[in-house]
Amino acid sequence: MTKFLQTLMDGTAVGSLYALIALGYTMVYGILRFINFAHSDVFMLGAWFSYEVAKIMGWTGQDQSHPVWASAFVIVAVMVACGTLGFVIERGAYRPLRSAPRINVLITAIGVSLFLENSGQLPFLLGTQPQRMPTLMPEHALFAVAGVSVRAVDLLVIGISFALMALLEWIIYGTKLGLAMRAVSYDTKVAALMGIPVDRVISMTFVVGSALAAAAGFLYATKYPGINQPAHPTWVLLGLKAFVAAVVGGIGNLRGAMAGGLMIGLVELFGAAYLSPHLRDVYVFTLLILVLLFRPEGLLGKATIEKV
Amino acid sequence: MLRLNDLHVHYGAVHALQGVELEVNQGEIVTLIGSNGAGKSTTLRAISGMLRPSRGTIDFEGKPIAGLAPHVVVGLGIAHSPEGRGVFANLTVEENLQVGAYTRSDKAGIAEDMKKVYGLFPRLEERRRQLAGTLSGGEQQMLAMGRALLARPRLLLLDEPSLGLAPQIVKVIFQIIRDINALGTTILLVEQNAHKALEVANRGYVIEVGKIVLADDAKVLAASDEVRKAYLGG
Repeated sequence: MTKFLQTLMDGTAVGSLYALIALGYTMVYGILRFINFAHSDVFMLGAWFSYEVAKIMGWTGQDQSHPVWASAFVIVAVMVACGTLGFVIERGAYRPLRSAPRINVLITAIGVSLFLENSGQLPFLLGTQPQRMPTLMPEHALFAVAGVSVRAVDLLVIGISFALMALLEWIIYGTKLGLAMRAVSYDTKVAALMGIPVDRVISMTFVVGSALAAAAGFLYATKYPGINQPAHPTWVLLGLKAFVAAVVGGIGNLRGAMAGGLMIGLVELFGAAYLSPHLRDVYVFTLLILVLLFRPEGLLGKATIEKV
Repeated sequence: MLRLNDLHVHYGAVHALQGVELEVNQGEIVTLIGSNGAGKSTTLRAISGMLRPSRGTIDFEGKPIAGLAPHVVVGLGIAHSPEGRGVFANLTVEENLQVGAYTRSDKAGIAEDMKKVYGLFPRLEERRRQLAGTLSGGEQQMLAMGRALLARPRLLLLDEPSLGLAPQIVKVIFQIIRDINALGTTILLVEQNAHKALEVANRGYVIEVGKIVLADDAKVLAASDEVRKAYLGG
């Protein structure tokens, strides 16, 4: 029982991080119909910028001697930084290709991804050494349920993720910007005809998606403080799993990305806990294969006929 | 109000519009008729900024608007209800109407126009919370027209509003076109159903392979031999 609850909590925490990243993939796909491969690098930079911001602020210790608002400060700072980065990536790399075939954009995305990973390792930028994220959130056990000690950091990771997802829901379904995003995702040309500045809406989609990935990067670094160097393959793997989450949930579908993320996290951690910890990646990709075989449109996606 | 002068549009190597001259005066219903591929929709797309003319001018209320982005043109007072309706199937009826009002920020005015549109199309009010994709073809056409009206346009461009609709619905749609015009909106109507179009319009233009070949009062056109033979089935 203890093991079950512990796995459930960890799976939910990891899953909610996958969900945050998956939302960025799915939003961009929903509007531009291409996979933004550079998205996992924005997530990676979210983790790294968290470390750098904490360092600049002088919050370097592992002893929780930092102000209570340190986490809030860092998360907002990295969301702004990565949101800006997402804006620049779209403006500089993707917008010039707006009328090019989709394969060109896809290849460009891979190029942006490689550029971010490898230029990030330059000695005067982030460097080639892994770093340790300072402890900004209390790590001691708050209380215990059935033998499982619940740490504040775990609750905060889950709480912040869900709060951000609720915020996104509100943006998409409750604001004029969200209405414009949904209209553009259905028909770009008609949306423009209605007076929607399509390019600006696409920019905002990248800003919002990148900010969510940045928050996920911060939360990931908080939960797992060992930050690997920018070009380390774990980042790509994490991004890939988040992408799988978006596909499993139904690419282009927001709630699908959220549900898919949680599902991937739970499948991964339950598999690792009860079957074999060495095969944790296998469970995720097995789930992907099963979904693609039996419900290729994703769990919450609608079957569509590819337009030609 | 609107004047097209020597308007040329190219699609790659295809010379789709070859010097179109057309004028719409305040308060009129003007129709542009012609066969498939003659350049009717292309003309509307050039006006609303979806296509950039390669030559010629488009003046709206005295200002040149050729080549402006579509969202700028909407802001100037021209709304375009596109061919094939183009309703957002993933949004509700009400949200579609809100998208139509995207360029406006006067909440009270939008609410008022929303009421007006529901007055013109009671069917839409009944279905306001429904996804637009679940509407029938006629209802989608009503939605497309209502959505365009929410931009509070002074000039409304309607592209093939009767396309694919049952005769009873076509009758309703054309009655509504009259009503919209009576409420003070000038209309440029593109139609394949020349008979119906000439019935509601004040004036008409006939377009053939990218050129205006006839222009006259709608009644005169409807009675002319040329038009009868080519577009009214003898």
